[in-house]
Amino acid sequence: MARMTGAQIALETLQREGVTTIFGYPGGVVLPLYDTLPQFPGIRHILVRHEQGAAHMADGYARASGRLGVCLGTSGPGATNLVTGITTAWMDSTPVLALTGNVARTLLGKDGFQEADITGITHSITKHNYLVMNADEVALTLREAVHIATTGRPGPVLVDIPKDVFQEEAEFDWPEKVSLRGYKPTTEGHAGMIRRAAELINEAKRPIIISGHGIIWGDAQKELIALAEKAQIPVVTTFLGIGGFPESHVLSYGWLGMHGMYYANMAADNADVVIGIGMRFDDRAMGRFKDFNPTAKIIHIDIDPAEIGKNFATAVPIVGDVKNVLPRLTELVKPATHTEWIRWIDQVREEHPSLHIRESRRMLPQYVVRTLYEETNGNATIVTGVGQHQMWAGQHYFYTRPRQLITSGGLGTMGFELPAAIGAQIALPDQEIWAICGDGSFQMNMQELAVVVDENLPLKMAIFNNGYLGMIRQWQQLFYDKNYSSTAMTQPDFCKLADAYGIRALRVETKAEVPLAIREARAYNGPILLDFQIDQEENVWPMVPAGAALSETLEAPAEELAR
Amino acid sequence: MSSTNGYKPRSRSHTLVAIVEDKPGVLMRVASLFRRRGFNIESLTVGHSEEKGLSRMTIVVDGESAPVEQVEKQLYKLIDVVKVSDLSNEDIVARELALIKVRANNLNRHELLDIASVFRADIVDIATNTLTFQVVGDEDKINGLIKMLEPYGIRELSRTGRIAMVRGAKTTTVHEKEPAKIRELHGKAGRRIEGVELPFSSD
Repeated sequence: MARMTGAQIALETLQREGVTTIFGYPGGVVLPLYDTLPQFPGIRHILVRHEQGAAHMADGYARASGRLGVCLGTSGPGATNLVTGITTAWMDSTPVLALTGNVARTLLGKDGFQEADITGITHSITKHNYLVMNADEVALTLREAVHIATTGRPGPVLVDIPKDVFQEEAEFDWPEKVSLRGYKPTTEGHAGMIRRAAELINEAKRPIIISGHGIIWGDAQKELIALAEKAQIPVVTTFLGIGGFPESHVLSYGWLGMHGMYYANMAADNADVVIGIGMRFDDRAMGRFKDFNPTAKIIHIDIDPAEIGKNFATAVPIVGDVKNVLPRLTELVKPATHTEWIRWIDQVREEHPSLHIRESRRMLPQYVVRTLYEETNGNATIVTGVGQHQMWAGQHYFYTRPRQLITSGGLGTMGFELPAAIGAQIALPDQEIWAICGDGSFQMNMQELAVVVDENLPLKMAIFNNGYLGMIRQWQQLFYDKNYSSTAMTQPDFCKLADAYGIRALRVETKAEVPLAIREARAYNGPILLDFQIDQEENVWPMVPAGAALSETLEAPAEELAR
Repeated sequence: MSSTNGYKPRSRSHTLVAIVEDKPGVLMRVASLFRRRGFNIESLTVGHSEEKGLSRMTIVVDGESAPVEQVEKQLYKLIDVVKVSDLSNEDIVARELALIKVRANNLNRHELLDIASVFRADIVDIATNTLTFQVVGDEDKINGLIKMLEPYGIRELSRTGRIAMVRGAKTTTVHEKEPAKIRELHGKAGRRIEGVELPFSSD
């Protein structure tokens, strides 16, 4: 026991929880914390340029490493700037701890300078949040927050600490145990349900596994492969589930959904038993709910009981940790071959290859991604923004390991790529990381280039520059009579912009330059930005239009293939 | 439903009991959840439970707005919610209290007192031109009394919303017995120490 200030207690607690990095931005009410920071050399502070960047960096750090990501902002605007980043983490279930300062306790509720009710604001976008009113509660609260964020279905937790709580002295009393009456995640999986699931799988003629983000966060790739192989069940993933099952595996049929592979959508739509593992049957993955494969029996394995039965009636619900449930299920599943079913999907894939890139003299974005895949031998970690480039990055790079693709799937947050890639690079300093950026998306958080320079990160940034908000333009072309309202954008000279920060940059204007530029970027030991002037009106195919069923998946029309 | 005392559930409405941590903001979390998920609340009452540090909420939800199972699961996801029970299929005692202030004069006061006695309502305040009724019962009984009083002119009406409890030895709190140390931890976690003056600091 020692007498410490609230700020010291906060940092001591974080350090004991294993936190080594905080992404933050100082401000009036967090000054006591910043004043204390130098006393904790074990905690590295990354100074961001906008708090949204801090939240995405913490998120990217968490997604790349599997560890808790921590971001910090001051009261008022500092806190509200975190909101988009917190919501991104919330929608994709990633463990982020957001720390905010607030005005002194006596000023709370008085609308003083830079006061915002951040706990009220973030109720519906955090797994839980706290307002800490006494210094002697700081340690226990932070421990609880870390526990909640990192266990069960992970998610963001916000802890709001008034300025004078940072300054107040209290005995530091390390809470040995964290126990919450109202929070006891079910990890075991009900034995009876697992048996019923196995029976259903054993009777299935056309089973399919749809694996999601839960496989990645549950660290269960090995367990998933074992199940798929034993019963020869084809596997498709959700967009966030990419990398959870190696796409090089013979049973892998890519990913399903709005821009998923045609054959993945057809396989899901024609299966007789659908096994959803660590996923939540989201509308972007399943298409129109009422017409998704109406005869399939659904087995749903997820750690969050509230996901079960939310969008689809489930034949067998299993609430539990996939790492625990899958081996027990695999044990009860009988070896099978499903030859005819697999042959059927293979044939669909042959007829509708989806990932074929046509010959063209234009710089097709698909070609850029595929070249990047080949040049990096499929080993790079890819971080994307949101839009067309995100879909091409998902389609034309092939992922084999969990955490290899980092992307905002649920919230679809433009501007995610640069800060998330920074967070990922800080978590994995030796990993080759490529931020695949949209020209529009990049501009939403490009101020964080300064952090790349500050920290001298060897980050590779590839802007897919078509001068449009491409995905929106695609929708306008297809569904709004080519009325390109407010989607063409004037872009800055991204190379000059990089230059202004002292970052090397290359403009890539022809197809022939693509592999050369990628090679040059890889050979360069430092940050580099590539401005790919891609074909302006290329669209993402296949596509399930919003509100359509998976069975209505559209493929690229002939006139586009002739372009 | 084998319930007596005239209690019948309203069509498709469900009575949920949630045992929640007695902490600031918990009511908002619950209310906010209902708003966000589009579940309609018919009534919500909250007060202390038999356990220190835990409150008991009785929530009547319109089952048409959402499957009640989803409501239950979403409630469980709130960290401050310890236990949720759906009492809809249980044999329960459900009660509500209402205070009703009615116009009265020398001519009709006796009539009103007769109505009160039929409904076993108490007169808790009397003035030259008003009578205040206190009535306890299920919603139907209270609705019935209100209907009878309407012709006299209701000046003011306040209802508590339903509270409910399972009949017999069964309880809905089902709060597992905890070791004394954990119990103490749970009892104090996150609570403000009472009577401590906060230092003022405006910078």
